[in-house]
Amino acid sequence: MVRIIGMLVGLFFSGWMLVTFVLGATEFVTNPPAETAEHKFHLKPKKVAFPSDGPLGKFDNQQLQRGFQVYKEVCAACHSLRLVAFRNLQDIGYNEDEVKAIAASWVIETPSVDPATGEASSRPSLPADKFPKPFANDIAAAAANNNAIPPDLSLITKARKGGAPYIYSLLTGYQDTPEDLPEANQPGPGLHYNPYFPNLNLAMASPLASEDMVSYSDGTQASIDQMAKDVSAFLVWSAEPKLVERHQTGWAVIAFLLIATILAYLSFRTIWADVKAEKKKKGAEG
Amino acid sequence: MSFPWAKEYKPATEFGQWMDEKLPLPRFIYNSLGAGYPAPRNLNYMWNFGSLAGIFLVVQIVTGIILAMHYAANANIAFDSVEHIMRDVNSGWMFRYAHANGASFFFIAIYLHIGRGLYYGSYKAPREMIWLLGVVIYLLAMATAFMGYVLPWGQMSFWGAKVITGLFEAIPLVGKPIQELLLGGFAPDNAALNRFFSLHYLLPFVMAGVIILHIWSLHIPGSNNPTGVDVKGPQDTVPFHPYYTAKDGWTLGLALIFFSIMLFFLPNFLGHAENYIPANPLSTPANIVPEWYFWPWYAILRAFTVDFLFIPAKLLGVLAMFSAILVWFFLPWLDRSPVRSGDYRPRFKKFFWFGLIPCILVLGYCGGAHAEEPFVMMSQIATAYYFAHFLIILPLLSRIEKPEPLPNSITEAVTGKPLEQAS
Repeated sequence: MVRIIGMLVGLFFSGWMLVTFVLGATEFVTNPPAETAEHKFHLKPKKVAFPSDGPLGKFDNQQLQRGFQVYKEVCAACHSLRLVAFRNLQDIGYNEDEVKAIAASWVIETPSVDPATGEASSRPSLPADKFPKPFANDIAAAAANNNAIPPDLSLITKARKGGAPYIYSLLTGYQDTPEDLPEANQPGPGLHYNPYFPNLNLAMASPLASEDMVSYSDGTQASIDQMAKDVSAFLVWSAEPKLVERHQTGWAVIAFLLIATILAYLSFRTIWADVKAEKKKKGAEG
Repeated sequence: MSFPWAKEYKPATEFGQWMDEKLPLPRFIYNSLGAGYPAPRNLNYMWNFGSLAGIFLVVQIVTGIILAMHYAANANIAFDSVEHIMRDVNSGWMFRYAHANGASFFFIAIYLHIGRGLYYGSYKAPREMIWLLGVVIYLLAMATAFMGYVLPWGQMSFWGAKVITGLFEAIPLVGKPIQELLLGGFAPDNAALNRFFSLHYLLPFVMAGVIILHIWSLHIPGSNNPTGVDVKGPQDTVPFHPYYTAKDGWTLGLALIFFSIMLFFLPNFLGHAENYIPANPLSTPANIVPEWYFWPWYAILRAFTVDFLFIPAKLLGVLAMFSAILVWFFLPWLDRSPVRSGDYRPRFKKFFWFGLIPCILVLGYCGGAHAEEPFVMMSQIATAYYFAHFLIILPLLSRIEKPEPLPNSITEAVTGKPLEQAS
C-alpha cells in the first residue's frame, strides 16, 4: 500500500515537473529571453591587491592612515562610519593624544543634551564616541543627496559582493555613457554611469574626481588610483578590525591541530596494526 | 547492547565497584562507547561522520551559549549587538565565525552521514527506527539553522524569514493564520526575532535528546557495515574503544583543520554579503537565497512554476519541498531489496552514482543561483528525477534487480578466510 501510494505521488510530482519543463523549454526556444543591459554592460571588479589579502595578510598602518585621511576629507561629508569609535584609530597607529585631537576636532559633533536645560544639543567628540553621522536622520540624508541615502561605510567591504576590489573599482570606474546603452538604462537626472555598479547608474558622483584632493603627510603622491586604493584598504579595516589577530590565531591553531592530528593518526595506525595485518594476507593469497 | 561476544564491564578498583552498585554510569559508558560495544571490523571512513556531526553539534552549543551572553534579541539592536561581538568582545569574532561556519560543517557531516546510510542501506531492517530518528534530527537541524540565520537581523535574515514563513501562506484557509502565528505578527519583526531566538536556543537540546534515542536504537542491532552482512561472531567485530575512538579521533583532527581554514581565513565565504546590511523592510535584495545547505530543497520549491488545475504553483512547490524530505520517512518500506549494501546491487549502484548524486548536486547548484533560465529548467529535470528515484525506481528495482552474491561473513570479506577458520 505504501508503495502504491508512493508511486502515485511520485508519478504526479515527476510527471508534472516534466510537463512544466516541456512548457518552459518550448517558451525558452520560441521566445528566448532578451539579454539585459545590466548583463551586457556590467563589469566584474578590477583585480587589485591589498596587503590584508590572503592567509598571511596584514594591515599597512601607513596606508590605513592615508585611507582614513581620504575618508575624513572626502567621504565623511556624506557617509557615516557608525560602528567605528575614535578610540579604534589607535589600532591603526595613532597615539592616544592624536586620537583625542581627531575626535575633538571632528567637524560633526556628537549629539547630546544640554546639561543645564535638557534640550537637544551637541558636544565635541571623545575617543570613546563612535563616529557621529553626517546627517541627523535618513530623511535629511536622502533630502541632501538626490533622494539616495549614502550607505554607512563601516561594513561596506563585507556588505558588497566583490569586497574591497569592488569599492576600488567603483571609485575609479566612472565612465562616459556608452553610445549603444539602451534608452531605459541611460542615467537619469542626478545619476552617474558606472559599469561596476550592479544597475549601472548610481546617485553618487565620482567622489575622487581629481588628483591631490588630499595631501598625504607621508609624501605619497595622491593620485586618484592611490586614494581609491587607500580608502578601500581603510574600509577593509573598518569592516574587519580583527583581521590580523584572526590570521595569526589561525596559523597557531592549525599548527597545533597538525601536530595533534599526526599523533592521533600514528596511534590509530598502531592500534589497528593487528587487524590490518590480517587483512593484508588476503592480498598475498589472492 | 546484548551481544554475546561483548566484553563484560569489570570495575578495576574498589571505588569502581562501589560506584557500579550505586550508579552504573561507568558501565553505561563502557557498554556504549568503550570496549563493551563491539563494532564491525570493516567500517570504512564513511562511518566517521556520525560522531563528527555530534561533535560539531557540541561546538555549536558551546559557541552559541557564549554568543547568547552578548547577543541582544531585539530588532532595534540585534545587528549592532552582533557587531559588538565582532569588535569589542574578547575573541568574540572567533566565537561568531566558529558558530557561523560550524553550522556548515555540521551539515557537511550530516549530509555525508545520510548519504552513507542511503548507499549502504542502513535504513533497512532492523535499523528502520535509527533512520526515522535520524530524519527527525535532520528536520530539527534545519529549523534550528534557519532560525539562527535570522538572528543577526541583516537583510538576508529578514528576507529569508519573510520568504520561508511566506511558504505557509500558500496553504489554503489555514495558511495565513499559521504564518502569523509563526511570526507573531504580519511581517518579521521583534516578536518573530524573539521567538526565533528562544527556539534557536531550545531546539539544539531537543536534537541532543533525539540523538540519544538515535544512538540507543543503534546499539540494539549494532552498526551496519560496508558489506551489509550481519555480524555473525566475535571475529567480525573489534571493540569500539580503542579501535573506533582512535579512527574517529584522527579524522576529527583532519575535520578541525578544514574547519580552522574556513574560520580563520575564509570566514565569510559561505555567507551572503547582504547580511552585513541591517534588515530593511523597504528594500528587497536582488536574489533572496538561503544558506547553501538548503539549496536543493529551495530549488525544488522554485521548480514548480505552472499551476496544476486549481492548485497554484506556489502551493505545489511547497508541497513538493516538504514531500521531498518526508519521503525519507517511508524509505525503509519503499526499498524492499533484502540486500543492504549498494556494493552488491549493480543497478542500484548505477542509479545512486549517476542518478541521485548528480540530481542533488544540480538541485544544490540551481537553488543557489538566480531563478532564471537555464537554472529553472535544470532544477525541473532534477526534481522529476528526485521523486522518481525514491518513489518509482527504488520500489521497482527491488523487484527486478539481481544482486551479486554476498560474502558469508564480514571476516570472509575482509580476510578471504571463512569465519570459522579465522583466528
